[in-house]
Amino acid sequence: MSQERYRKPVPVPTPETQFFWDKCKEHELWIQRCHVCQHVFFYPRFHCPQCLSDDVPWFKASGKAILWSYMINHRPVPGFEEDTPYAIAVVQLEEGPRMMSNIVGVDNTPENLVLDMPLEVTFEDATEEIAIPKFKPASSDW
Amino acid sequence: MTDSLRYKVAIVGAAETTELGVLPNMSTTQLHVDATVNAIKDCGIDKNQIDGIATTMNPAILAHYLGIVPRWLDNTSVGGTSFLIQVRHAAAAIAMGLCDTALVAMGQSGRSRVGEVTARIGDTAAAEGPRTDISYPGQFESIYGTAGPSTLFGMGVLRYMQETGTTHEQLASVAVAQRKWSNQVPRAMMRDLITLDDVFDSRMVCYPFHLFECCLVTDGGGAIILTRAERANDFPKKPVYILGTGESTETPIVSQMYDMTSSTAFKVSSRQAFQEAGISHGDVDHLMIYDAFAHLPIYGLEDLGFVGRGEAGAFIQEGNTSPGGKLPMNTNGGGLSYTHTGMYGMFAMQEAIRQVRGEAAHQVPGVKVSFCQGVGGMFMAAGSLVFSNEPSH
Repeated sequence: MSQERYRKPVPVPTPETQFFWDKCKEHELWIQRCHVCQHVFFYPRFHCPQCLSDDVPWFKASGKAILWSYMINHRPVPGFEEDTPYAIAVVQLEEGPRMMSNIVGVDNTPENLVLDMPLEVTFEDATEEIAIPKFKPASSDW
Repeated sequence: MTDSLRYKVAIVGAAETTELGVLPNMSTTQLHVDATVNAIKDCGIDKNQIDGIATTMNPAILAHYLGIVPRWLDNTSVGGTSFLIQVRHAAAAIAMGLCDTALVAMGQSGRSRVGEVTARIGDTAAAEGPRTDISYPGQFESIYGTAGPSTLFGMGVLRYMQETGTTHEQLASVAVAQRKWSNQVPRAMMRDLITLDDVFDSRMVCYPFHLFECCLVTDGGGAIILTRAERANDFPKKPVYILGTGESTETPIVSQMYDMTSSTAFKVSSRQAFQEAGISHGDVDHLMIYDAFAHLPIYGLEDLGFVGRGEAGAFIQEGNTSPGGKLPMNTNGGGLSYTHTGMYGMFAMQEAIRQVRGEAAHQVPGVKVSFCQGVGGMFMAAGSLVFSNEPSH
């Protein structure tokens, strides 16, 4: 973890999302699967968006994903000045849901960022309480 | 549907602010007022006849400024399409007798930021409060360096291009086509004709979007006055009848769209409007599709059903939406070239009304029916309206 103060925006967990962020702090990516209809979803909610059941237990995701889509921002944003230009991406998890993320471990150029490329989760420690899930090129095709 | 709004309500007054562009001497409230006064002049009505007010700001502020005591209010605020939805709600209220004459007013100091009290949607990283932003975008998007619509709205477009074979040239052709319209619109901020190379040579804002594929940032406003269709001929301007209406929402967090290559809300709202209007696509003489970024008219043409999946890019590049084309679209130049204060929907409606009245700067000959499609937030919401200058078919 960098000794410099983390300058990027940090999430403020809410009751719906606290468990997700607690697991991120342990460098694990957890999402929810409805116990009634088996729908797997992200972002965290107390109810299944498919059937409204409130029996929506958490499980640990594989951390594998593919690059679904992205943009590359060329304008500096507070905390991201040194990264610019940087990709803001959407990845699709192996389990189905999509989430926004950054792609690390590779120069963020259109040539390097090929849709559907395999990725795996990694975590960036932001504060004592918060680690941010990011994705890097997978060590092997999954 | 056993009942509908079709032909029950007409727009009798419509106007924009006296000036558009960079207006540092006009507050948000004043932009609302200036547009409203111009709309009142446009139809010659006594302001005290206005008994319904819809705005995205607190309607009481505008009502009290104007000295109006309304009996109907709407404060629907779902981004730039809100005003289309407010027109729909106003038409329903008038049809139900909840009010007789409704004002839908909009003003936004999007460029000069005079009196703007709310951050732009999706602007959390650039605003002061990301560390206290508990919204879903705040928790799950801003942390990745998003900073307003330019970093969010096009999040699905590379996916769309891969799935459909749409090219960067086709995306850029949206900006080229719309400049052919604004070239003859004196009030448009950007009027010089441009080529694909000009688009590609413009600064990269957020790949794949160059500057010319992103909307302008301006100050301005607009206002619309509606009343019962039976009263529509009591006013000096040719009435614009409400034929069809629709609205929907999809998601407040763009990365969670159901399908990032298509707008579910566009489909739902436009289908309602077509059904209520009782028209088919071939009946549409003129089309406005809210263009905050160049991919929106492409998504819109497909989601509204004017072309098939993956066909919109070529359709635009081949000139079908340009002057002389079979489906004139965004004829003021759109948000890319005319004006864009942040909530553009009012300006899309104003151009549709001008075209249906036959008084547009770059008039399309013989427009009878115009379809106007709005988007709010980043594919968060949608509103659709069908206008006609004929009282019935």
